[in-house]
Amino acid sequence: MKNEWPLWEIFIRGQHGMSHRHVGSLHAPDAEMAIKNARDVYTRRNEGVSIWVVEANHISASSPSDKGPLYEPSESKVYRHPTFFDIPEEVGAM
Amino acid sequence: MTTPVNKEDAFSQFLLRMGDNTLILGHRVSEWCGHAPVLEEDIALANTALDLIGQTQMWLGLAAEVQGLGKSADDLAFLRDAWDFRNLLLCEVPNGDFGRTLMRQFLFDAWHSIQLGRLMKSSDERVAAIAEKASKEVAYHLERSADTVVGLGDGTEESHRRMQEALDYLWPYVGEMFQSDDVDAEMVKAGIAPDPASLREEYDTLVSRILTEATLTIPESRFAHKGGRNGAMHTEHLGHLLTQMQWLQRAYPGAKW
Repeated sequence: MKNEWPLWEIFIRGQHGMSHRHVGSLHAPDAEMAIKNARDVYTRRNEGVSIWVVEANHISASSPSDKGPLYEPSESKVYRHPTFFDIPEEVGAM
Repeated sequence: MTTPVNKEDAFSQFLLRMGDNTLILGHRVSEWCGHAPVLEEDIALANTALDLIGQTQMWLGLAAEVQGLGKSADDLAFLRDAWDFRNLLLCEVPNGDFGRTLMRQFLFDAWHSIQLGRLMKSSDERVAAIAEKASKEVAYHLERSADTVVGLGDGTEESHRRMQEALDYLWPYVGEMFQSDDVDAEMVKAGIAPDPASLREEYDTLVSRILTEATLTIPESRFAHKGGRNGAMHTEHLGHLLTQMQWLQRAYPGAKW
């Protein structure tokens, strides 16, 4: 399918002060059209104040087969969780 | 065709022209729903159609109010026959291929955006308010259709050929946008709407800039089909469109959901 438009990953910021969140992907011939298509596909119900588009092949991803070395070592490091402190009641929810 | 004798008649004719343009073009564009070449364009076209139908509700709603005959926007949309419509012929011509649909959209959007810009300064504040709301939607329509016309015009050999054919087919329908008549004279006098002819220069500048970027050639002939905006003679396509658009209200009068 050489004539297919490239795939773009779409990130939308819902409101000021929030971060952009991945909402899905779509096809478009270039970045400008990707933003327009994202506007039409993903902001129809007033979802956004800002759109980022990234061509999918520019995203590098971790490999699922690496999950042992990548994530398991942190499972046994309980001291990295700040659960050993007594929080004074007047501080309330942290 | 009736010659308007007073300002109220002229005003309601003007409002029908605005509302029928968006209604008929909106219906045409909606015909792509589920048929566009790619999903993204399908949704974008449906959005445009919905914007236009939304604007129709405002224009025809005001037209019904000005007529004062107790009709609603729905009555005007679904219970009039072809000879009562006042849309530009450009809006009713069949979609053709995707390229022709987008070329028609661009040629209309360019006029629409200039017209709404002028109407925002209308002496009638209801007209100015509708124009203000619609102009944001139309600014986006124009950006999108202009980009697509450039992309396809300056694209592959085939897309360029199709866009040039679309322009050659549609160009004779452009002139009607700028033909002034008694209704327009009355609107100019009342400060409600601009003289259509006064929009031509700005239109030509905008359209030729985009079409040049699209590597397309504007036909030299200024011949213009006419008869839509004054209702004198629509194309044979309008009746077919209305049978589809109106059949539910015709078959089940007063049906609601």
